[in-house]
Amino acid sequence: MSETALKTRPAATESETAVDVIGISKLFGSAQEIRALDDVSVAIRKNEFFTLLGPSGCGKTTLLRVIAGFEPPTMGALHLGGRDISRLAPNQRPINTVFQNYALFPHMSVANNIAFGLEMLGKPKNDIRDKVTEMLQLVRMEELRSRRTSEISGGQQQRVALARALAPQPEVLLLDEPLSALDLKLRKEMQIELKRLQSETGLTFIFVTHDQEEALTMSDRIAVMNAGKILQVGSPREIYAHPSERFVANFIGESNFLNAHLSGNRVTLEAGGGTYQAVAPEGVADGKVSVLVRPEHASARPGEAAGEELAATVETVVYSGDATTLHLRLKTEEPLKIKMPNGPEQSTAFGEGDSAAVTIAPGAVTVLKD
Amino acid sequence: MSDMALNTPPEPGALELEEAQQDNRSRWLLALPAMVIIGCFATLPLLVMLVYAFLTPGDYGNVVWKFSTDGWVSVLLQRDIFDDTLMWADAHLSIFWRSLRLSLITTILTLIFGVPTAWFIATRPREKRQFWLFLVTVPFWTNLLVRTIAIQELIRSEGVINLILLKIGIIDEPIQMMFTDFAIGFGMTYVYLPLMVLPVYAAVDKLDFRLVEAAHDLYAGRWTAFRRVILPLIKPGIIAGSILVFIPCLGAYVTPRVLGGGKNLMFGNLIELQFGAGRNWPLGAALSLTLMAIVMVALIYYVRVTSREREDV
Repeated sequence: MSETALKTRPAATESETAVDVIGISKLFGSAQEIRALDDVSVAIRKNEFFTLLGPSGCGKTTLLRVIAGFEPPTMGALHLGGRDISRLAPNQRPINTVFQNYALFPHMSVANNIAFGLEMLGKPKNDIRDKVTEMLQLVRMEELRSRRTSEISGGQQQRVALARALAPQPEVLLLDEPLSALDLKLRKEMQIELKRLQSETGLTFIFVTHDQEEALTMSDRIAVMNAGKILQVGSPREIYAHPSERFVANFIGESNFLNAHLSGNRVTLEAGGGTYQAVAPEGVADGKVSVLVRPEHASARPGEAAGEELAATVETVVYSGDATTLHLRLKTEEPLKIKMPNGPEQSTAFGEGDSAAVTIAPGAVTVLKD
Repeated sequence: MSDMALNTPPEPGALELEEAQQDNRSRWLLALPAMVIIGCFATLPLLVMLVYAFLTPGDYGNVVWKFSTDGWVSVLLQRDIFDDTLMWADAHLSIFWRSLRLSLITTILTLIFGVPTAWFIATRPREKRQFWLFLVTVPFWTNLLVRTIAIQELIRSEGVINLILLKIGIIDEPIQMMFTDFAIGFGMTYVYLPLMVLPVYAAVDKLDFRLVEAAHDLYAGRWTAFRRVILPLIKPGIIAGSILVFIPCLGAYVTPRVLGGGKNLMFGNLIELQFGAGRNWPLGAALSLTLMAIVMVALIYYVRVTSREREDV
């Protein structure tokens, strides 16, 4: 309990909703022909690091701008802590944004940038000074207090943007791809930094990114978006291990898609082998289905298949340091990638054209909606 | 040994130096035509003015080569015809005051009309801006005198404005607008408006509108966002526009002459008078230099005031 430690808010229970997006649609264009958001509904919990993940043009930034108040929704409602804020202007919402290119005020010093929101809220001068100092400490920028924002590096600008958005103590912090302009090393540092800030301040973070790795490492929950819709919401583990549909599986990590047959909660692959336990997502009936197997959730040994193993032929062997990826072809002509960790000794006994026997780990088969 | 060591390295450095010198020379060569023009047509005439201001007026204009400070004295003071006592030259003072006041008012009016216009143009889709900018420059196609006379047609007692107002019965008799300060201010605002719109447009065009969003996001309302973020960022354009409007206004000649008539003189008319009917070239030269001094002081003050920055919290 040191004095400098920040007050952390008590962790909220899972049921507490911070931002409730209710059936929001956003249409653009002269004839409203562009559907940027298509009936999006999602409940973002208090104190959670929530990520909107998707390719560019999927509507994630539009959703963020609707939450911030920069874009009025064409349909639907937006609640913050149970209160309808759909009609409030951005300056009336207790929500702050870290912009993609930071949007720091170039005519102000670092300190004045951070103080801006507090000044607008009419806080007393002394409080503002204290808060600015506290924020500068939080993002470790004390010594750059009176610098111009054009005189500091990209990573430092990023920190100032964060401090500026955090200073007025918003209920929700929106982050619009804030790390995309940074180089890889700095990006990794800032990922950890952001996570630290989120747990120290106990704020609800809504983070937009197209970088799946960033989303997986930082988020409590992820919403995967495409074409103006939210396809799946879940923890990184759920999203990665059990994507609900092909797009999600493809967007996050590497995937094998296989044809299979579903009956109850048992799945049989067309390529043979045994039956696997799998829970089908809602709306998927028994019969022909597509399933996902992650490359690292299967393994192979040289030789002919026996028992519940799948028979395959090796096409290519790719060595990548920590792992070896086998590109196999099953007897149904379906391709199958397998990624196996490399041990200290030479591990791969496979040559091109060899036969391989594939074992799929229990629980590795995920039934997809499409 | 050490001498040797010191002597050997300068060679590449010397070479670079020579190159730099050559570079410098060619730059000066490029600037030469402009310098010649500035020298011949700006600096030299200015020197002539400076010399003339200290000479004695000739009987039929021109100057007599006899040193005198009368020209400078007459800028602010006048000698009584009967007892030679000096007193304030009220006529001159009122002309200075009118010039300053009308130039300031005109600058403010062009700001009030020009900034929203520039904002409007800069926020149009890029392909439509050309059209609006083109419209702004249309007045430059006709001669200033013709445009000023057109304004005269609008505001004279039998002019369009009075006729319309009489017709709808808002007034019973024509309003006297011609030959008033109003007429001069109106005319100058019209004439110099494009000079405000264009630099402000250039500044708004460069403005990053995400900064405006950031201001709103940080709880600034429209007006505060304008005052604290937009205004400081388009300030260079506003300063440039104000200078482009204020300076020619102070020395304006045609517009006050046509719309202000013979009584409402401005600085430019007063100077012209000395070189014409007044036959007092030294006074005219002294007045010109005074005008220059006023412009410079006003400019320095304006730039100082507008470039003041907020203190750190």
